[in-house]
Amino acid sequence: MAASLATPAPALGAKTRINDFSIQVATVNGSGSQTANTVLLRAIFQMGVFVSGKNLFPSNIAGLPTWFTIRASAKGYVARKASNEMLILMNPETAKEDIAKADVGALVIYDEPLQLDKLRSDLAFIPVPFQKLVTASCPEPKLHKLVKNMIYVGVAARQLNVDMEEVKKAITKQLKGKAKAIEINQAAAVAGYDWALENLPDQDHIKVVRDNKTQGLIIVDGNEACALGALFAGVTVVGWYPITPASSLVETFIEYAEEYRKDPKTGKSTVAIVQMEDELASAGVVLAAGWAGARSMTSTAGPGVSLMSEFIGLGYYVEAPGVFFNVARTGPSTGLPTRTQQSDVELCAKCSHGDTQHINLFPGNMEECFQFAYDAFDLAEWFQTPIFVVTDLDLGMQNWSSKPFTYPTRPYNRGKVLNEQQLAEAKDWGRYKDVDGDGICYRSLPGTPGGKGSYFTRGSGHNAYAQYSEKPEDYVEVVDRLKRKYETAKTHVPKPVFRNLGSAKGILAFGSSDPAVIEAQDILAEGGLKTDYLRLRALPFTAEVDAFVSEKKVVYVVEQNRDGQLANLFKEGYPEFATKFKSVLHYNGHAIDAKCIVDQITAFEQK
Amino acid sequence: MTTATASAPTNKLGLTKQDYVGSKSTLCAGCGHDAITAQIISAAFESSIEGHRVTKYSGIGCSSKTPAYFINQGWGFNSVHGRMPAIATGASLANRNLINIGVSGDGDSMSIGMGQFVHAVRRNIPMIYIIEDNGVYGLTKGQFSATADQGSHLKSGSVNNLPPIDPCTLAIELGCGFVARCFSGNPKQLNAILKAAFAYEGTVVLDIISPCVTFNNHDTSTRSYKHVKDHDFPLHDLGFIQYSEIEEVEIPAGQTEVVTFPDGSKVAIKAIHESYDPTDRFSAMKAIHESMAKGEFLTGLLYINPTQPPLPQVLNLVDEPLATLDESLVKPSPAVLEEIMRSLM
Ligand SMILES: Cc1ncc(C[n+]2csc(CCOP(=O)(O)OP(=O)(O)O)c2C)c(N)n1
Ligand code: SF4
Ligand SMILES: [Mg+2]
Repeated sequence: MAASLATPAPALGAKTRINDFSIQVATVNGSGSQTANTVLLRAIFQMGVFVSGKNLFPSNIAGLPTWFTIRASAKGYVARKASNEMLILMNPETAKEDIAKADVGALVIYDEPLQLDKLRSDLAFIPVPFQKLVTASCPEPKLHKLVKNMIYVGVAARQLNVDMEEVKKAITKQLKGKAKAIEINQAAAVAGYDWALENLPDQDHIKVVRDNKTQGLIIVDGNEACALGALFAGVTVVGWYPITPASSLVETFIEYAEEYRKDPKTGKSTVAIVQMEDELASAGVVLAAGWAGARSMTSTAGPGVSLMSEFIGLGYYVEAPGVFFNVARTGPSTGLPTRTQQSDVELCAKCSHGDTQHINLFPGNMEECFQFAYDAFDLAEWFQTPIFVVTDLDLGMQNWSSKPFTYPTRPYNRGKVLNEQQLAEAKDWGRYKDVDGDGICYRSLPGTPGGKGSYFTRGSGHNAYAQYSEKPEDYVEVVDRLKRKYETAKTHVPKPVFRNLGSAKGILAFGSSDPAVIEAQDILAEGGLKTDYLRLRALPFTAEVDAFVSEKKVVYVVEQNRDGQLANLFKEGYPEFATKFKSVLHYNGHAIDAKCIVDQITAFEQK
Repeated sequence: MTTATASAPTNKLGLTKQDYVGSKSTLCAGCGHDAITAQIISAAFESSIEGHRVTKYSGIGCSSKTPAYFINQGWGFNSVHGRMPAIATGASLANRNLINIGVSGDGDSMSIGMGQFVHAVRRNIPMIYIIEDNGVYGLTKGQFSATADQGSHLKSGSVNNLPPIDPCTLAIELGCGFVARCFSGNPKQLNAILKAAFAYEGTVVLDIISPCVTFNNHDTSTRSYKHVKDHDFPLHDLGFIQYSEIEEVEIPAGQTEVVTFPDGSKVAIKAIHESYDPTDRFSAMKAIHESMAKGEFLTGLLYINPTQPPLPQVLNLVDEPLATLDESLVKPSPAVLEEIMRSLM
């Protein structure tokens, strides 16, 4: 075996893309490739280079094609990139198609017997004898399938000039404490590395060069970030039902709760977590728990929100708090359950029949997933209403690098709740009386002693004293007050953030589109088109949004759905400016990329 | 709270029965549901239930309106059709100290809400789950429900061709530890069962046959007041003895079977209809099926097993209500966040 590990100096040419490339790995799902891909991503990250990873996986447990893209970017662009500089093709089923789609000049690492090199002449082929290398490096035949993936990690690391020590460290990290597995996987990665060192000529197409951009950063996904926000927000009741891509939010929460939400004296749990029979039942649990004074939440995706919608309307009308995470996926119906989209915008804005309006939070990065999850519980209790925190599969399940989260020092705001004494002192208390003029009333919690404060909650017509009423004036009083409450929320929800290059032309986007918009803005500016970018972070629209919309000559609304749902909300909210809004759309299930934004805006501009 | 007049008897809390009433009923005069409401009021009064701890949940239907008609001191939640169990689940988890009463209808629980009924029972939510069973959808003007007997007629003449779903055998099958069938026209039996139900920790399923005098009280109905009265076969005489009263009350020996609850309360069961053992799940199922085949309503405590742990216990929740836990108990420290952040680096 060659004496590896000492990384030779990289071959760099004039055109070498240093820390600026995408790698796509094609494998079969269930083959353990996710671990290998994460190791490669982590190793590059440990080299101090910004990376992002996107797993394009099928709705299936094992045996169907899956692709993983790793993007390294010196400039910190983390959106999906439409082109790939390196392909690693491990799946015979898709190899031919992958080759056909490959970008000219791409490096193609593939399993030798596939003989892909005959298919095109404008690619750089790197056949690897995987079977031979596996057999040599791993004594246990039943592990060969899993370990094979680690070999391509070694080969790619060598080709990219990633330090083998970083690969080993990443393996140790990824396989947390499983000594035997760490040993076997490290051996396989080294075998790939050594083979490449001995047998492959160095390339100067793409390279990793050590940098210091990622020091002190974490790698996390949005579901975990939201789960952590909820953990620190002190959620006490969770009702949920499994669904991709939302399951891991509660599942991660469960892991953390096991560790950090036990009463130290008794070992008993300070949070009730129940896997319900469906999402409708989950919504009922969340709202009733909120009604009874708990901080409650669920996490789901579009199909779950559809099912929940009868209860969401009840929560809105009876004014019960609860936090609803919607990790959106591609609809309609079952749609593409493992692909991303932002297609529940209108659903969550107005979920349920009748006139309903909901507060929505749109985190756009990991820190915001954490912070907004924390904030959502305060907002739910302050406004006594269901709050949607809307992310998507791209934010929720993909790996993102982020600054570590800052501890939320702000104490909880438990809202306008009257205790026994306050109820005793209150004059003429009515559950739905707008004493403060902000549309938010004072509530009591079931179980409060003293004989004051009991009331009857009903989804049917009621007056300010929570009495049954079908009187037109009572009905109107309540629903108009609810509208007033929603107005009040404008000064409480997160304000938008701006990236203004100084222009009368606006771009408006939210959530996971952010990195692609930033990159597109730069590309457009290089081409001479400056834009101002507003990233919306909540519904209702705040005063900053009003100003942006009225100031700009044109507003490109970038979103990941077919119908321009956010643009529709804007046209409805600002009818006087309706013609300003131009939709820039991406909705094929893949995460949005900068190029599609640049192309569409350029086309509008040329009209 | 009304002040006790000299004539009005008071309970251990010094309250009169008037302290347990609710708003005036808006149901049809003679509706069975009102008779049930009256017994809930009596039983709560006699059991000295603390009104402020009572929560009353319901779905949608005439039956589901009734929580507004009893125990005004409690908190009511009239939710959406068929989904009362989820509401009871959420609130009972938020606050373990609540005394949870759910009122539903046969339509509400056995059709649209069947899934939630089944799962609430399976989870053993701490609640009294009352099904006011009239065989029809009262509020939507008399369509058949899923508990309607095969061959029974609507007022319009149309016949139900499908077999009924029986909430009691279903609840027993699901592992419910307290299953009873009652008749709104037998207040004494209902009263004893409701009092026992208040002392029970987990889910109590009460299927209470409750004639709809407006839509299902005609001669060809198997749920008319007269038909049920004629076919009601009470299983036993029941006496309920609260733990606190045990020393004062002598339980008759001999024919009487005594079931003891975890809090020490006892139900004394004196059989009048053959020998029926409500602690034996399998023989109970057999007897119920046999009586149903004969067109009878076997009423009384059909099955009892007081040892099943309710959900908050299964989840090993802290003893205090989750709703009011102090921030210091539920918000991990900055050191915890640091530790987690390090693990993600
Ligand atoms: C989603 C939904 N579908 C239908 C209805 C109409 N609806 C109201 S009450 C009811 C049936 C109630 O029957 P039951 O539970 O037996 O109550 P009863 O009136 O007989 O006491 C129906 C179908 C509704 N409220 N919500
Ligand atoms: S319609 Fe039937 S169930 Fe409804 S209130 Fe009248 S009698 Fe009772
Ligand atoms: Mg009915």
